[in-house]
Amino acid sequence: MTNSIEEIEFTDAILAIGTNTTENHPVIGSGVKRAVRQHGAKLIVIDPRKIGLVDYADIWLRPKPGTNVAVLNGLMNSIIDERLYAKEYVANRTEGFETMKETVAKYTPDHVEDITGVPADDLRIAARIYAEANSASILYAMGITQHSHGTDAVKSCANLSMLCGNVGVEGGGVNPLRGQNNVQGACDMGALPNVLPAYQPIANDDARTKFEKSWGVSLPAKPGLTIMEIMNAAHDGDLKGLYIMGENPMVSDPDLTHVEASLKNLDILVVQDIFLNETGQLADVVLPSACFAEKNGTFSNTERRVQRIRKAVDAPGEAKADWQIISELATKMNYAMSYSSAKEIMDEINGLAPSYAGITYERIEEEGIQWPCPSTDHPGTRYLHKGKFSRGLGLFSAIDYRPSDELPDNEYPFILTTGRVLYHFHTATMTRRSEGLNERYPESLAEINSRDAEKLKIKEGDFITVTSRRGSLKVKASVVDTPPEGTIFMNFHFSEAAVNLLTNPALDPIGKIPEYKVCAVKIEAA
Amino acid sequence: MGNKISLTIDGKKIEASSGQTILEIAKENGIHIPTLCYYPNTKPAGACRVCVVEIGTAGKLEASCCTPVSPGMVVQTNTEKVMNARRMVAELLWSSGNHNCLQCEKNGDCELQDLIYELGIEKPRFEIDLPGYEIEDTNSMIQRDLNKCILCGRCIRVCNEIQVHEVLDFSMRGSHTKVSPAFDADYIDSECVFCGACVDACPVGALTFKQARFKGRPWEMKKVRTTCPYCGVGCQMDLNVSDGKVVKVTTNMDYGKPNHGMLCSKGRFGMNFIDNSDRLKTPLIRMDGELKAASWEEAYGYIAEKFASIKEKDGPDSIAGLSSARCTNEENYLFQKFMRAVIGTNNIDHCARL
Ligand code: SF4
Ligand code: SF4
Ligand code: SF4
Repeated sequence: MTNSIEEIEFTDAILAIGTNTTENHPVIGSGVKRAVRQHGAKLIVIDPRKIGLVDYADIWLRPKPGTNVAVLNGLMNSIIDERLYAKEYVANRTEGFETMKETVAKYTPDHVEDITGVPADDLRIAARIYAEANSASILYAMGITQHSHGTDAVKSCANLSMLCGNVGVEGGGVNPLRGQNNVQGACDMGALPNVLPAYQPIANDDARTKFEKSWGVSLPAKPGLTIMEIMNAAHDGDLKGLYIMGENPMVSDPDLTHVEASLKNLDILVVQDIFLNETGQLADVVLPSACFAEKNGTFSNTERRVQRIRKAVDAPGEAKADWQIISELATKMNYAMSYSSAKEIMDEINGLAPSYAGITYERIEEEGIQWPCPSTDHPGTRYLHKGKFSRGLGLFSAIDYRPSDELPDNEYPFILTTGRVLYHFHTATMTRRSEGLNERYPESLAEINSRDAEKLKIKEGDFITVTSRRGSLKVKASVVDTPPEGTIFMNFHFSEAAVNLLTNPALDPIGKIPEYKVCAVKIEAA
Repeated sequence: MGNKISLTIDGKKIEASSGQTILEIAKENGIHIPTLCYYPNTKPAGACRVCVVEIGTAGKLEASCCTPVSPGMVVQTNTEKVMNARRMVAELLWSSGNHNCLQCEKNGDCELQDLIYELGIEKPRFEIDLPGYEIEDTNSMIQRDLNKCILCGRCIRVCNEIQVHEVLDFSMRGSHTKVSPAFDADYIDSECVFCGACVDACPVGALTFKQARFKGRPWEMKKVRTTCPYCGVGCQMDLNVSDGKVVKVTTNMDYGKPNHGMLCSKGRFGMNFIDNSDRLKTPLIRMDGELKAASWEEAYGYIAEKFASIKEKDGPDSIAGLSSARCTNEENYLFQKFMRAVIGTNNIDHCARL
């Protein structure tokens, strides 16, 4: 997030696009509802599904799945057309406006209505609400990113925010809500093929030299493979060994048949986890690790706040903290790592990752600190790009709408879109072992619109077969009006109804994110 | 806040800002006024009248939680009249419910118990009149025993005003007022999303965490502050540990950002996995097609040898690592250091995109 969670409650307008906030980030969802109910904020919801926030919205735009970029361009078209944009801000703080303007000129509300199904007048109303607010916050999540054009949609959100002068101001910003507790931290720490901790490029000689000195080794300069490329390399036999810590690609990756074949093709698969999950079952070596309640450390939340976790109970049996396992394995491989606590590792991070330099355990004992925090007397950063963008001028990108990779046709007439539900998390290894949560949501349900259900003679609770070009599965139907006609929604929590047998592994060319939100399927009564 | 004004509380001259309530300014100055229905960050209800104080020479009793300060005001917090009024309230509450502390989860952490003790009441002057509600036992997360409910409305306010789940309200059933979801449904049959905020808010034993019942007394419980392991909000919470086990999750508004004492159902009730019997307890190595228990030495030896031979034969880029958005910063840092410095490859990624 460019801005902070707290600011959402006190801003003038909120545009929530591709985020089912009340289910996936419920505490932020409540903040949005308080903003509306108690502080008079205006709320624009843009989502194909009738999500919980719709009841609180001033206006709800319901585009066809996969058409976010067209909607965002349409909003900008309307704002520019009605001259509601922040002219001074655009002139002084940004560049690339003219090219962007040329591109969005095509996206008149009427044209956007043709592409997205959103009524032109609704689009204009939403555009006015967003543009006329003093400060307005854009919230988004996987509904924006999990598309073959995810990066485009992210850039379009940034365009819209800059157009109305909302980047670098209190209550504004472009705010991705992170799905997992420490996605932010995993990225910050350089668990990425092209960057070292704090996003220092691996290809940069100065950055590499700094780490080489500290670590006492020479480092490869060539960026490595991304997760999808790793799976493909394993499939082709070019990759021989894979070490997986705390992830379950056998449920979370698109096209599971391919993932399974890839993992089975390895010479060695090492899986380190708290449970023997679907991926662990294919491993050659499984290492038992301690869970969050059994170790010390830090997580970085979606607003860049670095917060402590603390050991409350002992790990079961011989399980050890992941940092301890890595240290011992490294030492075994003749590279000594002799940390005696998580804090010692943070001390090392402080010295190598400039944005974390001032974030020490002593300072975050009571309250976490938001990076960038370059020194121990720096209070941390509530919102980014204040007064000036990190790169100097904010850059508009000219972005055209591209349809999703796989669209419905005669054979596969429905759109399948995927996501999460309130009571479960990710591949559900943890939540399905919690009695209460299972009581509330015991089995996977596919949400289907009541009119579609009627046509297909499907009743609440019937089993249906959902088939895509990649696979087929049986699942119980829930007949509701949450998804629009022609769209079915499934969650990816349940491995016995593994929706990623169906999803399309088509990737966003830059973000390399698979298109989980749109693929074509057919539905039959089972 | 408004202008500075001065007033007198218990003979002490005090500076306040106009718009503050008597209760707020008293708290700020360390003057104790007992409360029951007061709950931070919600609108004052003035319902229980435990926080009454005497104002001016006329001796008017007002609820301090919803009376704003005014210039020159003279407030007394502990006159005989005040004490009598409080005793009356406490005795009425005591006698209108089943306040048997012997089997109550809240024993030792109950605001009604504290109040009665503070006021030194031996026994209520009224006969005990049990409402006779059935204990709600239809879900495994929250137990509702409305026989202990004092109708303070804190659960309603936290549900509607802070969490904005808008599930609870007062309803009339015969001669009794009660708090419940719409149509007097059980929680499990209502729109309740099991955030548990109402349980944290309840001052007495009417709402309790069911799985923690009989698992440890409040004074035996070790509270360990940590960060929720589920979504990216990073809610601050207390793991309540008794006998080496996490038995429940509670919160503390004073922890402040980012969640100000609120959670969702995952953070609140998603902790059974910690001591689940399926947890991995030893390393496993595949032998003759099956995963068999092994020692750490054997597991490390196996991996080290295999990685070293692949590295030598096919080069370090034939090995890759997937780190975890679930692990700590320290572990992610170390994992990428391991892949880069020990294996010698940049083939490292994680499942953030998924
Ligand atoms: S658990 Fe949460 S949603 Fe349910 S009644 Fe209590 S406060 Fe409301
Ligand atoms: S259930 Fe608890 S919080 Fe709710 S009104 Fe009764 S005593 Fe108050
Ligand atoms: S309690 Fe809920 S909202 Fe808070 S971090 Fe955990 S999962 Fe997210």
